[in-house]
This record gives sequence, C-alpha cells and structure tokens, in this order.
Amino acid sequence: MSGEVTKVFDQKTLWEGGRSPFSVSYGKMMMWFFLISDALTFGSLLGALGFMRHKYIDSWPISEAIFTHMPLLHGPDAHYPLLYVALMTFILIVSSVTMVLAVEAGHRMDRNGVTKWLFWTVIGGLIFVGSQAWEWSTFIAGPDGDISTWADNATLTQNFYGRGFGPDSPIAAPAQYSQFFFFVTGFHGTHVVSGVILNFIILLNVLKGKYEGVGHYEMVEKVGLYWHFIDLVWVFVFTFYYLV
Amino acid sequence: MKRDDIIEYSLGAGHSEEEGKIIRKKIWFVTALLSIVTLVEVLLGVFWSSMGLEWTVVKFAFIVMTMVKAGYIVMVFMHLGDERKLMKYFILMPYAIFILYLLFLLFFEGNALVPDLLT
Repeated sequence: MSGEVTKVFDQKTLWEGGRSPFSVSYGKMMMWFFLISDALTFGSLLGALGFMRHKYIDSWPISEAIFTHMPLLHGPDAHYPLLYVALMTFILIVSSVTMVLAVEAGHRMDRNGVTKWLFWTVIGGLIFVGSQAWEWSTFIAGPDGDISTWADNATLTQNFYGRGFGPDSPIAAPAQYSQFFFFVTGFHGTHVVSGVILNFIILLNVLKGKYEGVGHYEMVEKVGLYWHFIDLVWVFVFTFYYLV
Repeated sequence: MKRDDIIEYSLGAGHSEEEGKIIRKKIWFVTALLSIVTLVEVLLGVFWSSMGLEWTVVKFAFIVMTMVKAGYIVMVFMHLGDERKLMKYFILMPYAIFILYLLFLLFFEGNALVPDLLT
C-alpha cells in the first residue's frame, strides 16, 4: 500500500522528520525493533542448542521418549509421547488466534469484541503458564517420576534422561540437555508471563474505555505483536527441542 | 510531535464490517492450517520410525513445516504481509543473513567437537 502518496496527514501527527518512516506509527515500529532484537536472542539460544546437539550427537536424549506424560493419566504403562507438548502448542496457537481476533475487532472499533477476545487471550496465556509448571515438575522428577528423590532428578548439573541412562550404558547423557530445557523453555515462559501481564493491563484499559477516547485500538495491535511473537518462538522451540 | 498515539496511520488502519468478515475468514483458515500442520508434526514425531522413514527426511520435513507455520504467523497474524515492502525486508533480512550463517558455523563446529572423536 502506498499510504504516503495517497493519504494526506496532519503535519502535527507526523514524526519530527516530517514523515512517518515505513508508514507505521512510532510505537508499532519500536515494538518491531524490540521483537527483532528479542528474536536474535532466541535465535542464538536455539543455535547454541543446535551446537550442543551436534556435539553430543551420539548421546543426546530423544525428546519424544521423555515427554510421554499426561496429567490425570499417570500409571506405570502410561505412554503418550508428545501429546502434552502438542496440547500446549495448541493452547498457545488458539490464544494467538483470539488475539488476532481482538486486533480485528479493534479495527472495527468494536469494544465488546475486543474485550471478549482479549479476555480469552489472557485465559489462554494463564493456561499455558500453568501447563508449563506441570511440565517442569514432571521433567524435574526424572525417569522414576518421583520429585522427592533428589538424587535422580533432572537439575542444571545432572540429567538422567536419554540413551545414556542406566548403569551399563557406555555413553552418559549430557547435563546440557536439562540445562537447555530449563533455559529455553524458562526464557520463553518468562515472556509468556510478561505477555499475560501486558494483555491484562490493556484489557483493563479497554474496559475503562480508554481507547474509545483515543479513537483507535492500536495498543491492542502492539501487545498483539508481542503475543504473536511468543507464539512464533514456541513454534521454533517445539520443533527444535521436542521434535528434532 | 507530542504523542504518538494520535498518528493518523493508526486511525487509517480501521476497516468496515464487510472487510472484517473477509479478514476473519482468513484468520480461521490460518488457524485450521496451523492446527493441521502441528497435528502432522506430532504424528510424524511419534510414528516416523514405525513408518520406516529416514531420519534426515523427517528432520527436514519438520524444519519445512516449522517455516510454513512461522511464515503464516508473521505474515498474517502479525500483519507483516500488509506492511510496506521495505519494512518487511528490514525485519526479515537480519535472520536470513545473520542467523543462518551463525547456525552454519555452530553446527559445523559442533560436529567437529564430538567427544568420541576428540579422545
């Protein structure tokens, strides 16, 4: 869209240089700048994960053999590979969809629609964080599934998962496996928590009618960018930690 | 410029009820697509060895599917597809140049550092 040519803008609303670069508002552009740098951080983390995976090519645990638990379906024979992570991925995708619907409703100045969809986005985010808490406790519990036995739990310094597990196994599984699990999913979880807080603040503002007064719902679009970014990162974490 | 929240670009971003219907249709289409691709990924992740597939093929299938998902999220959900071409490139180019090169170096070095080869 050639917005600059076809639209005439009030001089007061343009940036100091007399025009708005890339035809986007200042706030949205800065959100993109932040996301670019944040994406490079996540890219470096996942790159480091790839480095370790290639270094320990013989002994790196197979993720789909580890994340086989489901809540309420515990038992010695319970074996549901990847199902729980898939559920978490689906929850995050759905909350991303409700967010994009909130943005769309904002473009129509539909306050009730924004409230409804933003509310479900916050709920989806909370469910995801809760799921991650359960996943962490299950992961920390180690292969025996008992979190109170600290000697065989997965921590930053030890990892009993993987091909190398067992007294007569010649290859020891690297501790980096659990380190990367905690760091990558933890860093992502921190983003989800801050995203939920941001969404909640914006939801309160919508309820107060702040954006009706401003005349547009661009703030929803800006936090929406951040929320979609969280979903985007999870897509990569899901592939490169759990699948590949 | 005192405040950025009154910039006309934001006011101009609105659309009508009819346009909204088309946009929502697209959103639901992308939702279905993302769900299906995730489902395929999970099924492939669970059953690839019993289906007798080669791991390298499965791995690249995963990466391609991830890129498809990422593309739809960035272009449709984050509306980058609706932004100006220059904006699109300045956001996407750093990854094409920097991350791919970094990954190449890291994997190459990682392969060279396999513990069994060092001892």
